[in-house]
Amino acid sequence: MAVNNIVEIKHLTKIFDDGKNNVKALEDIELEISEGSFTSIIGGSGCGKSTMLRIIGGLENNYQGDVIVNGEKVNSPSREKGFIFQDHRLLPWLTVKENIRFSLPKEQKKNDELIKKYLALVGLSEFENALPKQLSGGMAQRVAIARALANKPKILLLDEPFGALDAITKVNLQEELLKIWQKEKITMIIVTHDIDEAVYLGENVVVMTPRPGRIKQIYKTDLGTPRLRTGVQFTKARDEIYKEFFKEAEVPFSYNI
Amino acid sequence: MEEKNKKGIGYLLLYITLPVIILIVWEGFNQAGELKPYTMPSLAKLFETTVEYANNGQLFENISVSVLLVLEGFFLALATALIIGMLVSLFPKFDIFTDLVIQILKPIPPIAWIPLAILWFGIGQESKIFIIFIGAVFPIFLNTVDGVKTIDKKYFELAKVYEIPRSQLIKNIVIPGALPSIMTGIRVGLGNAWVSVVAAEMIGATKGVGYMLSNGRSLSRPDIVILGMLLVGIFGKIMDDILKFLRRKVITWL
Ligand SMILES: Nc1ncnc2c1ncn2[C@@H]1O[C@H](COP(=O)(O)OP(=O)(O)OP(=O)(O)O)[C@@H](O)[C@H]1O
Ligand SMILES: [Mg+2]
Repeated sequence: MAVNNIVEIKHLTKIFDDGKNNVKALEDIELEISEGSFTSIIGGSGCGKSTMLRIIGGLENNYQGDVIVNGEKVNSPSREKGFIFQDHRLLPWLTVKENIRFSLPKEQKKNDELIKKYLALVGLSEFENALPKQLSGGMAQRVAIARALANKPKILLLDEPFGALDAITKVNLQEELLKIWQKEKITMIIVTHDIDEAVYLGENVVVMTPRPGRIKQIYKTDLGTPRLRTGVQFTKARDEIYKEFFKEAEVPFSYNI
Repeated sequence: MEEKNKKGIGYLLLYITLPVIILIVWEGFNQAGELKPYTMPSLAKLFETTVEYANNGQLFENISVSVLLVLEGFFLALATALIIGMLVSLFPKFDIFTDLVIQILKPIPPIAWIPLAILWFGIGQESKIFIIFIGAVFPIFLNTVDGVKTIDKKYFELAKVYEIPRSQLIKNIVIPGALPSIMTGIRVGLGNAWVSVVAAEMIGATKGVGYMLSNGRSLSRPDIVILGMLLVGIFGKIMDDILKFLRRKVITWL
């Protein structure tokens, strides 16, 4: 095993079997992710993106093959593997500050400095005493990011974290996420539907195809940092991936509702 | 529903119109000579009886006896329902173990327990507390279990990601998550407790608002009966208002 790979996936197959139906969500996935990198996973609905991310995060078990994160076979979630869900998943009855405190390990529970530091990092210092219902969707998702980061994860897994946000908030949060990535040097994997987002954020873009879920292609974007959304390189990388998709979508559409 | 327009003279006017109409119609029947003293009192007679009961201390005594019984039975039920409800929610084996008995006991109305309660405990306080307990315990229990069951599973997943220990999970997710439903159960439970005390006191008692009802009937004194009924209604509403207020204070996040 290469030393600098934080994630190593070999021959990963995942079948959901509820007794009546069985769905092959992932088939023979091979993926290596190096420490400190930013990877995007993109693909149509139902191609197993979430399933793969959840397996890496230890939220999904009973898979075939090897999934090794940080040198250990994954079989349960942990603070090391930060997970950002599509919904912010803040506890509605706790204030912003208490939500973060709730997530912290025992020895850090009283560490107000830590909480303040990460709230400041996502620009929400003034909202420490707000309840989740008082926050906008974007703010709540930033708190969720602060909560994950305060637990000092080795790797941060994001499952369509900005999917429910408006375009402007989304771009702002993408910028923030990139800054955090540079500053904290955490390995990040983001699952998204959005080609621009995938290309802009990911150094590697993993393109997946459905039925069964497989990795079709892995692109290197080489946009460098800071990135440009308007540069030639961005457009080129994006176009390649667009083509990849629209070849794919010539297959008659079936709507997944 | 609770967002009634609390301000404004228009609201107040609309709010009291129906009670005023009822009083006017009542007095109208009286003026027309339709009311017989042994079936329906006049407003004046009802007022007179109220003042009489207030002055001789019977009003206060009857209410305080009933309220005290309700509180005793209710808090006993609350503690029992919360403990058993949490055990059933947290331990599936305990759920299976108790399920059949609970399902069979649940449909038996509190008044159906009165004969047995009298045989077991006599007609003293204990039998009434027991009936009240039965009336209050099921709604609180069922809403507790339901409240825990309907907590969004995504919060438990979150707790796994952050390796939250079980005690923290119960304190920070299970209890607050179930609280709105528990509060609903408490409201229904207290309502039932109040109904149960009246029923229990009507059957065998020498004090209490339920006793006023049965006593008024045997004396052919509808004024006493109606005074008793009004007390039941008014105190029931006050208790419910207190709980609504508490709910708003406790559940600030909805
Ligand atoms: N818990 C589950 N039980 C049964 N089948 C499941 C389960 N979770 C996912 N699947 C199936 O596995 C396949 C992949 O699902 P997954 O959620 O990973 O897709 P996705 O790529 O994340 O899609 P989307 O973009 O819509 O979120 C789908 O066919 C789905 O129906
Ligand atoms: Mg998904």
